Amino acid sequence: MTATVFQPIAARSAPVKTEGPVAWIRSNLFGDVRTAFGTVCIVLVLLALVPRLLNWGLVNAVWAKDYDACHAAAGVGACWGVVSEKFRIIIFGRDPFEEQWRPLVAAAALLGLLVVSCMRAFWRPALGLLWAVVLAFFFTVMYGGVLGLGRVETDRWGGLPLTLLLSSLSMTMAFPIALLVALGRRSMLPAIRSVCTVYVELIRGVPLISVLFMASFMFPLLMPQGFSIDVLVRVLAGITLFAAAYMAEVIRGGLQAVPKGQIEAAATLGLSYWQTQRKIVLPQALAMVVPGVMNNFISTFKDTSLVTIVSLYELTGAMSLALNSDSNWRPFKIEGYLFIALIYFVFCFSMSRYSIWIEKQVNKSRLR
Amino acid sequence: MSDNNIITFDKVNKWYGNNFHVLRDIDLQVKTGERIVVCGPSGSGKSTLIRCINRLEEHQQGRLVVDGVELSDDVRAIDDVRKKVGMVFQQFNLFPHLTVLENLTLSPMWVGKVPKKEAEEKAMQQLERVRIANQANKYPLQLSGGQQQRVAIARALCLKPKIMLFDEPTSALDPEMIKEVLDVMIEMASQGITMLCVTHEMGFAKAVADRVIFMDQGQIVEQNNPHDFFNNPQSDRSRDFLSKILGH
Repeated sequence: MTATVFQPIAARSAPVKTEGPVAWIRSNLFGDVRTAFGTVCIVLVLLALVPRLLNWGLVNAVWAKDYDACHAAAGVGACWGVVSEKFRIIIFGRDPFEEQWRPLVAAAALLGLLVVSCMRAFWRPALGLLWAVVLAFFFTVMYGGVLGLGRVETDRWGGLPLTLLLSSLSMTMAFPIALLVALGRRSMLPAIRSVCTVYVELIRGVPLISVLFMASFMFPLLMPQGFSIDVLVRVLAGITLFAAAYMAEVIRGGLQAVPKGQIEAAATLGLSYWQTQRKIVLPQALAMVVPGVMNNFISTFKDTSLVTIVSLYELTGAMSLALNSDSNWRPFKIEGYLFIALIYFVFCFSMSRYSIWIEKQVNKSRLR
Repeated sequence: MSDNNIITFDKVNKWYGNNFHVLRDIDLQVKTGERIVVCGPSGSGKSTLIRCINRLEEHQQGRLVVDGVELSDDVRAIDDVRKKVGMVFQQFNLFPHLTVLENLTLSPMWVGKVPKKEAEEKAMQQLERVRIANQANKYPLQLSGGQQQRVAIARALCLKPKIMLFDEPTSALDPEMIKEVLDVMIEMASQGITMLCVTHEMGFAKAVADRVIFMDQGQIVEQNNPHDFFNNPQSDRSRDFLSKILGH
């Protein structure tokens, strides 16, 4: 047997740098010819656009509430003064000016409620009670008529408080309706199934604007004389029913995806229909449709801007109201729209981040 | 019909849709404590047969009586029977969003109204029995297939069923996990529970079955004790079937 002689193999050359910003840029932005070409093109476009945007938005911008200066800078610089001049109308709409602490307090309470409701530590039965208390507080402060507060009719409510009220209430009411409709569309009873199907198809067949028109203008015509429901309530019902129809279909998608074996296993264990839905089917179905439901929530939040057409001035409507009524500031609508776009973005982005957290929570059992 | 028959099929017929005749004139009596293995080629109706016993499938003709209760459209009769019949599925069908322990306590707590603490104690006893108590707080998907199937058996046992149905309990398992499940089933068989098991594990059939039922095309073609069935099959179809599954 020959002895094995130790034969060192030739040393390999050191690896090219694989960490750090330079390596990242090399592999991700200049990985091959096509990528490098794309990178160069995009950089050129950005070089052309970004400086102009910065000049307009920051360097040449007018920050003072001075519309002469703004007119002078028109075309070369933004006029952010319009926001500081008009923000009270943009945020609070037609609510009486001297009593704007009321919508401020009400909106802060509602916002606080929404934040608290999103936190796991508060997910207990008492949260329902808190909702009732905060909503009662919201309506008392906004509507007044008691405790020495002057009455403010609902058609004068506006701005951010109205946006928050419409979206939070329509979302919380649409969700349970959507659940029932989704279950109803899979019901074994033909009557329930057809009612739910007709509801979904009817609502999906018309745009939200026409639902709002009907709620606002047609519904009162059909009511007996002397009987009226507040326009805010009618509009709220319209948005809720609209959102629920879409959400029902998203949830039904989740229900379809729960394997039949799960329901069979629940049946062999003696669980009733409702126990099976509540304990087995819905937890799994809803976990699967978190992204879709959050999609619905975000679009409902933005759809509330359509109530302007029935003369309720929520955030977007209040913005137009603020600028259209004042010829001095009217030319600076674009700055105003950018301001409320920022507000919408903050809310929508928070919702989508929150949905990522929720997805992690509900999928804990799937982690290994 | 003698009194110690716990399950009686009397001329039971079932169709899927209008023309697929999946069970044809099934006559079958199962005695209390009897252990039966049902085998046959794919599509022969063996799963459908046992799924009729707890009404996961409904039959359209004939009578099916389980522990004195005749199965019909009456929801109370179905509930009554399901309390007495446990079932184990090919795909385990554990609830993936609940821990192992919660899978076991769900039905006792919500259907049996047993207090949580008591339900958990009983569940732990069943988990000990299938030798998986140390995994009680894991989620089903964190376990191997064999472990999941043992949990499924424990879950069914938590209801103290008189009858256990097994629908190909080892068919979805890797070969090295089949034994751990069969061992649990063999141990159960020694405790006097009535068992109906659809399986192709002929070793299991030889070890524990009192009777082997061979089905083909919706009919019970042959039934016999395991020794005679394997060594001296009467019909051509069962001979053919046995040669295929034992041949290699």
